[in-house]
Amino acid sequence: MTGPLRIERRLDTPKWLKVAVPLASLLLAAILAGILLASTGHNPISTYHQMYSAAVTAPGGLTSTFVYATPMLFTGLCAAFAFRMRTWNIGGEGQLYMGAVGAAAVGLCLGDWPRPLLIIAMILGGALSGTVWAAIPALLRAYLRTNEILTSLMLNYVAGFFMYYLIYDSTSYWRDLSSPGASVFPTGKTLGPNATWPGINIGSFTLPMGFVLGIGLAVGLLVLIQKTRYGFEMRVMGDSPNAANYSGIRTKRKIVSVMAISGGIAGIAGSSQIGDFGHVLDPRGLEQAQYGYTGIVVAALALYNPLAVVLVSLLIGGLTNAGFALEGPSFPTGLVGTMEGIILFTVLGGEILARYRIGIRRRAVPAASAAQLTTGGVAS
Amino acid sequence: MNSNIVLAVVVSAIAFGTPLVLAGLGELLAERSGVLNLGVEGMMLMGAVTAFFVSQKLHVATALALLLAVLASMVAGAAMAFIHAFLSITIRVNQIVSGLAITIFAGIIGLSSYLGQVWNIGGIAGRHSFNNVNLFGLKHLPILGPLIFDQDAFVYASWVLVIAVMYYLYRTRPGLYLRAVGENPAAADAMGINVIAYRYVHTLIGGALAGLGGAYFTLALAPFWTDGLTAGVGWIAIALVIFAFWRPDLLVLGAYLFGAFSALGPTLQTRHITVLPSEFYSALPFLMTVIALAAASTSWANRRIGTPASLGIPYTREEG
Repeated sequence: MTGPLRIERRLDTPKWLKVAVPLASLLLAAILAGILLASTGHNPISTYHQMYSAAVTAPGGLTSTFVYATPMLFTGLCAAFAFRMRTWNIGGEGQLYMGAVGAAAVGLCLGDWPRPLLIIAMILGGALSGTVWAAIPALLRAYLRTNEILTSLMLNYVAGFFMYYLIYDSTSYWRDLSSPGASVFPTGKTLGPNATWPGINIGSFTLPMGFVLGIGLAVGLLVLIQKTRYGFEMRVMGDSPNAANYSGIRTKRKIVSVMAISGGIAGIAGSSQIGDFGHVLDPRGLEQAQYGYTGIVVAALALYNPLAVVLVSLLIGGLTNAGFALEGPSFPTGLVGTMEGIILFTVLGGEILARYRIGIRRRAVPAASAAQLTTGGVAS
Repeated sequence: MNSNIVLAVVVSAIAFGTPLVLAGLGELLAERSGVLNLGVEGMMLMGAVTAFFVSQKLHVATALALLLAVLASMVAGAAMAFIHAFLSITIRVNQIVSGLAITIFAGIIGLSSYLGQVWNIGGIAGRHSFNNVNLFGLKHLPILGPLIFDQDAFVYASWVLVIAVMYYLYRTRPGLYLRAVGENPAAADAMGINVIAYRYVHTLIGGALAGLGGAYFTLALAPFWTDGLTAGVGWIAIALVIFAFWRPDLLVLGAYLFGAFSALGPTLQTRHITVLPSEFYSALPFLMTVIALAAASTSWANRRIGTPASLGIPYTREEG
């Protein structure tokens, strides 16, 4: 390699580094974002303090953090599951939209069903819609080798415009055409009481049903990836596509099924948006929230581990919650995405660096001492 | 009437296609060196917001303000590209993840929005913008006049740039080296080409051109700033490089074709022609991108395709 830095792979990473590096990365991210804040005339310490209280200690703060974390948990799992196999489903955003469209249709259509059955139907409706939407890039990827990053991403925009069409530009089944307010400003039909998902109340804190469902899903995915033949084949395909081919894994089917599951999970994020929170198909709200794209941040920070996705979704959910709560002239809203980006840079960079040992290149190390250095490296 | 509409669509296709040409050329150069840059959308937004800020806040002559705004947009884009280059070339973070991180960092809810707010430039009309130049006084020629001789300086510059990039790629030694780095970095390295330097330089140029593409929005197309105003153009630019088979000449044709898809809706709308819902026209460029990508991956196209063989793969010289 050129340059003064000498980078070589560690044979194994010490346990303390696996904990210390992410923590140091988060700290570094906070410092970098603090420098940005200070340079634009904001006090970093008081800004961070405000954010912490908005996300955690303020009345209702923690509840709202979970409101933002719930969709991110699903879209995070959507991205983490597909990315684990290096199938880059960037379409969580659109799959969430389509899931919301599907779940809203089910909730409106079967409104008189008993509540538990209706909730299950809404989950399945959202999952199915997300799956169908993800199947388009999946089939193109599997059978034509079309770049799934770009096709899945393009379909996000298409799904967004489709949702706008349903509510703002047509007399569709989803649109409210009867109530007096709806003639002034177009809105979706509000779902009935049976379609409202129950939350778990602990004092003043409410845990959304969707979040519990998401934790269950995360555990299920972890077992699927770690303990089953299906997951083993996924990992082989992710780590070595050629080995997967030669060992007779049906790679095309695998791509389609992994993308389908991934899209289904994002679809459930849409179901949860309708059932847990909105109770109405709200294109503008869903689009501004950007939950699908944020899911990519969550998955990457969790290093594609489903259980870590649960924790990271709360971290980013809290950050987003603080961003919306503090929105105003003295708080730059763009700080949320900026901080997500900075955390990504430091955590991803740190994660790689933890796998390597870095030193300053020395000029012409004599052969004997070079050998000693190498043995020393192995022993530590 | 009908031919008028066609001409109007084609003329605005050039306007809508110009940011695609600029950002697409940048992505093409980066990918030719083996670096996939998925941060284009974020880099364009950074270019757009910086250019608008500079053009608003500098109290100098229009020409100078615009020139400095253009330069600032390129610096902003290149700065984002530097982060991507450092992460993906030096530290070897996965290029896909690194590029997505750039788009989130700089994008609609990120730094471009942050700067737009602290610079206080949202929702106001621009003070300076590029006007159309009546080239050689020929703008009243039928058809060719409005098409070729009545564009702004940006468009003319983009044409010069296309020719320059083609000359560079196919007729110069560094261009040859660049293609070698993208196809077989180990062989290029053995020849004495500095692979890392080539990748850094072309990733930075790519970022600068993406920033320039962003500046086209706020300095020429519609001089105002709002969060996320590029609305997916950066992503279409990345797709464009693929179905242009990494060739600048095809890239220009593709850019104007997709410019036409973008121009169709607004042109029909201003003439009150509503055949299909407006959302369909808005979705059209994205739908067509999916179709074009699928078509470019059929076996017929695969025989002609020119994917740089090392695209997306970090280069490490096997040592000791």
